[in-house]
Amino acid sequence: MKSLKEIHKIREEKRKELDLRVNTKADTREKHILVCHGTGCTSSKSPEILRRFREILEEKGIDNVRVIQTGCFGLCAKGPIVIIRPEDTFYAMVTPEDCEEIIDTHIVKGGKVERLLCRDIDGTMVDRLDDLNFYKKQKRIALKNCGVINPENIDEYIAFDGYLALEKVLSDMTPEEVIETIKNSGLRGRGGAGFPTGKKWELTRASEGKQKYVVSNADEGDPGAFMDRSILEGDPHSVLEAMAIAAYAIGADKGYIYVRAEYPIAVQRLQIAIDQARDYGILGKNIFGKNFNFDIEIRLGAGAFVCGEETALLESIEGRRGQPRVKPPYPAVAGLWGKPTLINNVETYANIAQIILKGADWYSSIGTANSKGTKVFALGGNVNNIGLVEVPMGTTLREIVYDIGGGIPNGRDFKAAQTGGPSGGCIPKEHLDTPIDYESLKAIGSMMGSGGLIVMDDTKCMVCLAKFYLEFTVSESCGKCTPCRIGTKRMLEILERLCNGEGEEFDIYRLEKLAANIQKASLCGLGQSAPNPVVSTLKYFREEFRQHAIQKECKTLECKAMAKITIDQEKCKGCGLCQKHCPVNAIDGAGRDKRIINQEKCIKCGTCIASCPFHAIGN
Amino acid sequence: MEKKMINLTIDNQKIKVPEGTTILEAAKQAGIDIPTLCFLKEINEVGDCRMCIVEVEGRRGFATSCIQTVEEGMVVHTHTQNVLEARHVILDLIISNHAKDCLTCTRSGNCELQMLATKFNVLSVEFPGEMTKHKVDDLSPSIVRDFNKCILCRRCVAACKNVQHIGAIDVINRGFESCISTVGDCSLNNVNCTFCGQCIEACPTGALHEKESINDVWAKLKDPDTYVVVQTAPAVRVALGEEFQMPIGTNVAGKMVTALKRLGFDKVFDTNTGADFTIMEEANEFVKRFKKNDNLPMMTSCCPAWVKYIESYEPDLLPHLSSCKSPHQMFGALIKSYYANKMGINPEKIYTVSVMPCIAKKFERQRPEMQNDGLWDVDNVITTRELSRMIKQANIEFAKLEDSEFDAPMGEATGAGAIFGTTGGVMEAALRTAQDTLTGKSLDKIEFEQVRGGKGIKKATIEIAGKPIKVVAASGLSNARKILDEIKSGKADYQFVEIMACPGGCIMGGGQPIKSSKTRSEVDVRKLRADSIYSIDEKSTIRKSHENPVLKKIYEEYLEEPGSYRAEKLLHTNYRKREKYHLED
Amino acid sequence: MQEEDKFLKELCDIYKPEKDNLIQMLNEVQEHYGYIPQEAQKVLSEFLSIPMAEIYGVVTFYSRFTLKPKGKYSISVCLGTACFVKGSQKIMDRLTERLCIQPGETTKDGKFSIDQTRCVGACGLAPVFTVNGEVYGKATVKKLDEVLDKLMKE
Repeated sequence: MKSLKEIHKIREEKRKELDLRVNTKADTREKHILVCHGTGCTSSKSPEILRRFREILEEKGIDNVRVIQTGCFGLCAKGPIVIIRPEDTFYAMVTPEDCEEIIDTHIVKGGKVERLLCRDIDGTMVDRLDDLNFYKKQKRIALKNCGVINPENIDEYIAFDGYLALEKVLSDMTPEEVIETIKNSGLRGRGGAGFPTGKKWELTRASEGKQKYVVSNADEGDPGAFMDRSILEGDPHSVLEAMAIAAYAIGADKGYIYVRAEYPIAVQRLQIAIDQARDYGILGKNIFGKNFNFDIEIRLGAGAFVCGEETALLESIEGRRGQPRVKPPYPAVAGLWGKPTLINNVETYANIAQIILKGADWYSSIGTANSKGTKVFALGGNVNNIGLVEVPMGTTLREIVYDIGGGIPNGRDFKAAQTGGPSGGCIPKEHLDTPIDYESLKAIGSMMGSGGLIVMDDTKCMVCLAKFYLEFTVSESCGKCTPCRIGTKRMLEILERLCNGEGEEFDIYRLEKLAANIQKASLCGLGQSAPNPVVSTLKYFREEFRQHAIQKECKTLECKAMAKITIDQEKCKGCGLCQKHCPVNAIDGAGRDKRIINQEKCIKCGTCIASCPFHAIGN
Repeated sequence: MEKKMINLTIDNQKIKVPEGTTILEAAKQAGIDIPTLCFLKEINEVGDCRMCIVEVEGRRGFATSCIQTVEEGMVVHTHTQNVLEARHVILDLIISNHAKDCLTCTRSGNCELQMLATKFNVLSVEFPGEMTKHKVDDLSPSIVRDFNKCILCRRCVAACKNVQHIGAIDVINRGFESCISTVGDCSLNNVNCTFCGQCIEACPTGALHEKESINDVWAKLKDPDTYVVVQTAPAVRVALGEEFQMPIGTNVAGKMVTALKRLGFDKVFDTNTGADFTIMEEANEFVKRFKKNDNLPMMTSCCPAWVKYIESYEPDLLPHLSSCKSPHQMFGALIKSYYANKMGINPEKIYTVSVMPCIAKKFERQRPEMQNDGLWDVDNVITTRELSRMIKQANIEFAKLEDSEFDAPMGEATGAGAIFGTTGGVMEAALRTAQDTLTGKSLDKIEFEQVRGGKGIKKATIEIAGKPIKVVAASGLSNARKILDEIKSGKADYQFVEIMACPGGCIMGGGQPIKSSKTRSEVDVRKLRADSIYSIDEKSTIRKSHENPVLKKIYEEYLEEPGSYRAEKLLHTNYRKREKYHLED
Repeated sequence: MQEEDKFLKELCDIYKPEKDNLIQMLNEVQEHYGYIPQEAQKVLSEFLSIPMAEIYGVVTFYSRFTLKPKGKYSISVCLGTACFVKGSQKIMDRLTERLCIQPGETTKDGKFSIDQTRCVGACGLAPVFTVNGEVYGKATVKKLDEVLDKLMKE
């Protein structure tokens, strides 16, 4: 247990000690080597890098340098990432073998290991994180501490104003004032649907009942999205603090964090954070000496996308199959064990403390008219800078893909981006300038979703993409209601036919009729949105569907059954490279002959296309 | 407290209903019949089939009328173009994954899916595709599961898990692969199923049905060397008529006897007489135990599902069970001993058939204990439904039949035997005999209202010979569970406990005519059948088992007295601990 | 066998017999055995007073729970969107071709099992596959072949 006074003291002392983390001009002889320990970098051996650094420092007897594990810096494509503070030098794709050189050149001699510095997309060498285009247009609120603090050390969180908002709320604000602040901030649910957060809190507070619960939805199921995971891994205390604030606001004393068991690092750091907070008396009874009790338990999901749906999540916490309940009643009225329950997503919580500290006006000054603040996206697919980005609402898709994401690799063209995952839709080229906010995305047939943003280049077949999402939906449908259980399966079967060249024109009508009725009649939000990827691809790429259905043609190589690779005889120079690379000897011709593809042998792998120096081969 | 009244409009009709009413019920009051499939009143109210969707003005998406309740000023439309199209698509999708062999389905003509397909004039499947394939489970003696006909409404799961607290079946897998099955997808035979058959009664299609055995009966009837004797349980006569479009609860005992004779049974006996024997033995057993305060409370043992339940769930309490066989088993044993002897028939040539409202009886009859000198007490059990099929197959116009009497010498029964078919009936019948035995008088007070009615648990304290006797009658296994918990925790001090596994007793047994969800929500089927049973009792000249002249004679001539060596051998049995699950690895 | 009993017994000592603990306990069982043995389902059924069919329903609902032991080398290919767009299906196809089993299956010798996962969180390394949890990023068919060749020799 720590008294408020003790916590104030920790904050003051620790803040001074950690100044070099955020201040390049910090007056210190200390250096901090920050090694990213997000899942991406951990996968590429960052813990080994950390160990190596410490070994070398010890061997060399260097005592003014600390090596610290942090959460995700965001630029996962360049991982493992190492940053040295206070000078803020950014080393990319570091291996354990590089550690010694970094210590010798950078720490001992005060130079830079140039070969490990990051090159921006335009080729310029960048040695500071903030100089990267990737970071320039970002604004970090939810991710503020990610990559700055050691997530396993509560003192570091406290140093950067951690738990100050909770203290403020408990000392100076009534629950109503807290709710009013959140309402005025304009914060909306970051899980996807965008329901006003303050309103949700207000409704849960207004519900009758002595026992209420606060739940954090960390069941990030959208394949290709990892915002919540990064927050939990990089700044777990921010979620705990926000949940405590929410509990105070609605009158709850118990909270649950429902997190995917597939996120072992996040689960572990959360548990450490909860234990530390309990230790400090920030969770438990009479928090900060006030008449307020609150504690949090972790509940593990076990691999079911549908559990991201709030009522399915509640079912799962209660120990059952994650099958959604009919709404209304909403969880705010009847949630966990029938008691009023507030459910917010991790990213939503990550904004709360700062809204309390900096005020609703500050927050609502960021973003667009109806979408305030920032949104974190997991940028992936055919884009150069794969990683985690946080941008103000209203940033255009073009800015995200080209300025932050660094454009499409291999000189290909942008074809579409997909937001909202399996519940969302695709955004074609003509809408690249759409500002990203809840309403604009909805208007063009997609949705904000939880933040997955997948970029596709022109080699991608949109029918296949629709099929991919439907495969996902079918395998993740809980099976409770008829339209989703059987309807999505029927849609998938039609898409499979189309991709196999066995479709017919009428199939497009069938898809549309099924989609419309599944959207209307399904029991839960996931079922209702399951057809979205099909509906939106049909909206923007209808011609591609028709080509599949009528001409039995796929312009990309993805629909193998229909692909026919040919060599343009005019462009072919007879170099024979394609022949050399073909894994199944399907290319005929010898010497300087122009080459021909034997269609019977060809497996449409596309190796020849990539190998031709004259771009003579195509589909 | 008066409930607040809510005003709303459904299909342009203004109506007023109490707060908390569902849209579906409100519509019903306005004469609007919204189609449903998964809905089973008070048992399965989950809204997963989506047939009952309606549009509510100002609300995004459809409302689920079977669970969502009315709100003041609500404007509901039950058949807009939008709703109709969605309903068509939903129905089409269900049918697309349903075995369409209606001609060879036991539920044809009484299938809720078929009725909807007719209503919506489904002529072809618009969205055909892969169908889930399942092995038919026909290994248990009682229930056949054919999940190729399952529509995942989950009514059976609710009946098994929520009503009976058994949970032998549940939804497994997810998405398109979801199905209703047991642990490890094994046979019902290997799990904790008690064969109560409430799942069958809940099933809207032919996915669950009894293991039919009428072909064996037909074969024996055609065999001139076999003497085929049939007996019919008390609850059958008040339900059989329903299969012939007669009002629910009509007592068709006379017509049933005529029909059975026409079918070719050599003798038609009344299980009610068997029930009288059970009372004689059970009351005697109770009086003995009561006097010695030995293994009290005594629990009834006529319900085979209940017996299987306690054997697998609470084997430690088995000494509390009465050692009496159930009425039809007792009766079967007597037919093959006393009756065969008296008539000079070789008992090996006798084939005894029981017509039962129950499918657990199919399991019970083949328990190894249920035989005597190597002969089964009962050779075949058919359900009320199966009997109706035999009558139909024999081209008998049931409703037009004359009445006949059960055959002598084992056809006479008392009102006490009749009320065995309903919850509280066994208790009441036993009390009638027990009070006479304990007081040594013939008392006029024979109706025990405290143990009548549809409540799941009925407790009473009855004073006999100046001594209070605490009794309880429970029906439904979840209620049985509560009583067992009370007894185990020492909170209860009952002397006599009656348990029937099916809610409402045998009249609501798993072998009875299946009532649609609609009928079940509009009519109190249990009450109609129970009323009919009590009226049989009321009209009986003899209403106490021990006053039945047939019994007196048989005890005089053969059994000597209740609890005699011979009675013990023929009419009593024993129980054993059973594993809930016997699974293969 | 006795050791297994011990684990289940200890598990029942740690948790309270409350129904909502089912999934937590199953997660521990999965972690310990690498699958959910029938015996464990039986023990949990008694301990939590949940019918075995319901437990089986829960086990078959969540994809993390498996009913059969995994192979010595459990290989998962990420089919999350980011990996899919980067061609992870090709990796999966190659894997099923090489091992002659489908996702969710184990080879007869018990050496390999294949699964498909949805996003292991290493999108920056897409496409990825994992062997017993170790991530192989920026995967190609060639890289997969090398890994398989090495494991097969062991």
